[in-house]
Amino acid sequence: MIRVQQEDFDIGAEIAALKDGRTDIGAIVSFTGTVRDAGGTVTAMTLEHYPGMTETELERIEAEAQARWPLQASLIVHRFGTLKPGDNIVLVVTASAHRDAAFDAAKFLMDYLKSNAPFWKRESGPSGDTWVEAKTSDDAATTRWSRKDAAQ
Amino acid sequence: MRLLYFAWVKEKVGHATEDVDLPGDVSTIAELMAWLKTRGPEFAHAFEQSDTIRAAIDQAHARPDAKIAGASEIAFFPPVTGG
Repeated sequence: MIRVQQEDFDIGAEIAALKDGRTDIGAIVSFTGTVRDAGGTVTAMTLEHYPGMTETELERIEAEAQARWPLQASLIVHRFGTLKPGDNIVLVVTASAHRDAAFDAAKFLMDYLKSNAPFWKRESGPSGDTWVEAKTSDDAATTRWSRKDAAQ
Repeated sequence: MRLLYFAWVKEKVGHATEDVDLPGDVSTIAELMAWLKTRGPEFAHAFEQSDTIRAAIDQAHARPDAKIAGASEIAFFPPVTGG
């Protein structure tokens, strides 16, 4: 399942809902991305996105993970709007019978999301606003999965 | 055809969306960006380094050589930074 929303999410409640009434799950992995203010220069972060395409991309990425790994369940929640340092941005949860699939699929989902989901971060601070620049390491992380795929 | 702009592309262009009639000789994303550059100083500025701008045709990522025939919505934006 995927959700794009302005409001915060509760990691415990999301995991509880995902495994509610199920006994076929043996491993659950979750990743939470939060707003970072490492240098004391970020007072707020605003996430813009492309409504429509965002949902389409997240569903595509999730379907790709479901096709690659034996997942019992998966969840992507991504927030938009104005957030403060420490606030949650993104949640990825993967559930499988054994841990390897859940770990690998969670990393894959985050790597693909970072390179493909149409979100843009703008940081606000004392010296004004700046758009966060994409990292080449994020594209490299995604390319690694392609290479691995091609080699199989 | 509807054009959409996001993040700093939108800020430089000055608006988020517009409907345009394209000249007949514009058939790819790269050609569309070249044409947009000629539409005024704000477009020339926004699309100055067009190799850093990404595009989507009808809400799917598209490369510069992608054909735009039949598209109803084309978006231009910086490389994505979500997650």
